[in-house]
Amino acid sequence: MKKSLFALIMAAMMALTACGGGGEATNENTETTETTETTETAGMKPEDIKVGFVYIGKINDEGYTQAHDKGRLALEEMGIECLYAEEVPENADSEKAIRDLIDQGCNVIYTNSFGFMDYTVKVAEEFPDVKFGHCSGYKTAENLSTYFGKMYEARYLSGIVAGMKTEANKIGYVAAMPIPEVIRGINAFTLGVQSVNPDATVEVIWTNTWYDPAIEKQAAIEILNKGCDVIAQHQDTTAPQIAAQEKGAFCIGYNSPTASAAPESYLTAPLFHWEKFYVDDVQRIIDGTWESRSYWEGLNAGMVSLDALTENCAEGTQEAVDAATEKIMNGELHPFAGPIYDQDGNEKVPEGTTMTDDEIWNMSWFVKGVIGSAQG
Amino acid sequence: MFRVVKKDELTHKKEIMIRISAVILALIFVAIVMTIVGYNALEIFSNIIKGSLSSKYRIVETINKTIPLTVLSLGVAIAFKMKFWNIGAEGQFYMGAFGATFVALNFSYLPSPVVLTLMFIAGAICGGLWALIPALLKTKFETSETLVTLMLNYIAIKWISYLQYGPWKDPNGIGFPKIATFEKSAVLPKVFGIHCGFIIALVLVVLVHILLTKTKLGYEISVLGESQTTAKYAGMNVVKIIIIAILLSGAMAGIAGMMQCSAIEQTLNDKLSGGLGFTAVITTWLANLSAPLILVVSFLFALLLQGGAFLQSAMQIPASVAEVIQGIIIFFVLASEFFIRYKIVRVHKVEKGAK
Repeated sequence: MKKSLFALIMAAMMALTACGGGGEATNENTETTETTETTETAGMKPEDIKVGFVYIGKINDEGYTQAHDKGRLALEEMGIECLYAEEVPENADSEKAIRDLIDQGCNVIYTNSFGFMDYTVKVAEEFPDVKFGHCSGYKTAENLSTYFGKMYEARYLSGIVAGMKTEANKIGYVAAMPIPEVIRGINAFTLGVQSVNPDATVEVIWTNTWYDPAIEKQAAIEILNKGCDVIAQHQDTTAPQIAAQEKGAFCIGYNSPTASAAPESYLTAPLFHWEKFYVDDVQRIIDGTWESRSYWEGLNAGMVSLDALTENCAEGTQEAVDAATEKIMNGELHPFAGPIYDQDGNEKVPEGTTMTDDEIWNMSWFVKGVIGSAQG
Repeated sequence: MFRVVKKDELTHKKEIMIRISAVILALIFVAIVMTIVGYNALEIFSNIIKGSLSSKYRIVETINKTIPLTVLSLGVAIAFKMKFWNIGAEGQFYMGAFGATFVALNFSYLPSPVVLTLMFIAGAICGGLWALIPALLKTKFETSETLVTLMLNYIAIKWISYLQYGPWKDPNGIGFPKIATFEKSAVLPKVFGIHCGFIIALVLVVLVHILLTKTKLGYEISVLGESQTTAKYAGMNVVKIIIIAILLSGAMAGIAGMMQCSAIEQTLNDKLSGGLGFTAVITTWLANLSAPLILVVSFLFALLLQGGAFLQSAMQIPASVAEVIQGIIIFFVLASEFFIRYKIVRVHKVEKGAK
C-alpha cells in the first residue's frame, strides 16, 4: 500500500523533471512559424478586415460593454465583419479569447478592460500582422494602441449635478477597483460636486468587480443605508441605480443612457462614445495610415459627454452644467487645475498650475472631500 | 397501474449501454430544443466539432481542457469508489493551486525542475489536506461529506480571493487586484506544443487504474464502498483506509490546480478553475469511475467546452449553449440511473370495483 503511494509520487516527479529540459526548444519553434511578413503601409479593403472584440461584460449590460458594442454596430454598418466574445474574465481566459478570435480570422483585435492588458500585449507580440487596441491600459507596441476617453471631464459635470441635488450633503460612490482610472473619476466627480457645494462629501465603497449586478446592488444599498441621498457609480450595470430607486434616493449612471432603468431616480450619466474611436481607428486601417498611438480624447472630440438631464435634477442644474461644459471645451476650465488638496489637506496641485496628462493618468490618491481609501 | 420494481444487477456492459443511449437521447433532445429556439442544430453540432478539432490550435486548446478535467475526475473517482461523495474537487483544486503558488512566488530563484517538483508536491499536499477535513469530520462525527466538501469549496475560493485582493496583490499592478505572474522557472514546459501536464495526466490515469483494480488498497476501497460493516468484519482498518483514499483524492485535485496555475494561468486567481471541479463530478460519474473511461469522457467534455467557446464567436450565440448541453446530458444520465436500478412494470388492476 505504501509502495503504491510512493510509486505514484515518484512517477509524477519523474515526469516533471523529464520534460523540464526538452520543452523550451519546441517553444521557440512555434513562435517563429507564426511570424510572417507584414505590409504596413498599404491600406486594406473593408472586406479584408475582420474585427474581434473581447468584452468584459455582456453586450446588453446597459452599461460599459453595451457602450463599446455600439462601436461594433457602427463598424458593421461600414460593412466590416465583426466577431466578439463577451463576459470574458480578466485572467488567462482573455488570452484564449483573443487567440480564438485570431484563429477565426480576425486581423484587428480590441480588448475593452484594464485586466486584459498583459494578455493583449503577450498575444500582440506573437502576431505582428494583427492590429490591436487595448482600452484603458498604458502599454503600447508597434501593433498595439491604447484608447480611452477623458471621462474625467464628463465626471466633473456629473459631479455638478450631484452636488446641486444632494440635501444630506452625503453622496455615495460605488466603485470597482482601486486603479488610477477609477480614482481619477472619483476625484473629478468630487471636484465637480465641491465646485457647487463645498460642504458635500463623497463616500466610496469598493466592489472589486466591474460587472456583477448582485454585488453592485448590495454595495449601493450599503452606502445608501449610511444616509447618502445621491449615488454615482463606476460599475458596468444599472444595479446601483435600481437600488437607489428602491431606497428613494437619486443616482447618476455611467457609460450608457439608462433613464428607463430607474426613471424616478436617474439624474444623468457621464457617457462614452466608443464608436468615435472604433470608426476612426478602422478607417485608418482602410486608408493605410494606421499606426500605434495612445488615443485619449474628451468632450471636444465627442468621445465623452453628459447624458441629457432628467426632470429629477435640481433647479438651475442645466445652466450650471452648460456653463461648465462650455468652459471645459474652450479650455477655460480644467477639472484638475489647482489648488487641489488631498484627503489630509496637503496641497497637491498649487494654484495656477494644472496636473499634467501623465499625473492625471497615474493618479493614486483621493482629493479632499472623498471618504474612503484609495488603496481599496 | 404502474409499479416500480427493483431490477436484478445489470452487467457492466449493459450499464454502459444505457448510459450511452442516455447521452444520445440527450443530444437528440438538445437538437430539438435548439431547433425550437431557432438555431440549426446540425450546424451547432458540426461547429462544436470544428471548433474543437479542426486545427492544431483548437486541438491543443481542447487538450488543455482535457488535462485538468481528467486529473480532477481521477481524484473524484477514488473517493466515489468508496461511496465517499467528495464534491469538493473544486476547493481542493484551488488549495492545490494555492500551495503551488506559494512555492512559485517564494522559491522561483531555484532551478526550474526543483521549483516545479516542489510546486507539484505542495499542490498535492494542500489539496490532500483540504480533502482530509471532511474525511476526519465524517469519521469522527459522522457528518455528511457531501455538504462539508461542498461548503469547503466556497471557503477555498474566498481564501484565494482574499489573497488576490489582499496580501498577495501584485505591488507592481498599480492597484489592480492580481497576483504577480510566475517567473519562467515556475511554468510547466511544453512538449509538442502542449504543456507537459498531459504526460502527468496520462501517468496518473495508469496509476489510478492500477490502484483501483490491482492493489490491496484499491480492493479495500471498493469493499468499503460496498459495505462498511463487511470491511470491518474482514478486519480492515476503516478509518485508515478512508483517510489514505481521501488524501489521494484531494491530492489529485491539488495536482490539477498546480498544473492549471503553472501552465495555463501562470499566476493564481479566484477564477482559475472556471467550474472544472464541478464538471469533474459529472465526467467521473459518466465514466463509471473507471480511469481509462475518465480520459475518454473528459476529452469529450473538453470538446464541448472548447466547441462552446467557438460557437460563441463563430455563430454569435452564447457560450452557455454548451452548458445547456452539458446540463441536459447530466439530467438524462441521472434519469438513466433510475432505469439501471429499477424497471417499471405494468400491473393489472387486482382489486375490483372497490365500491
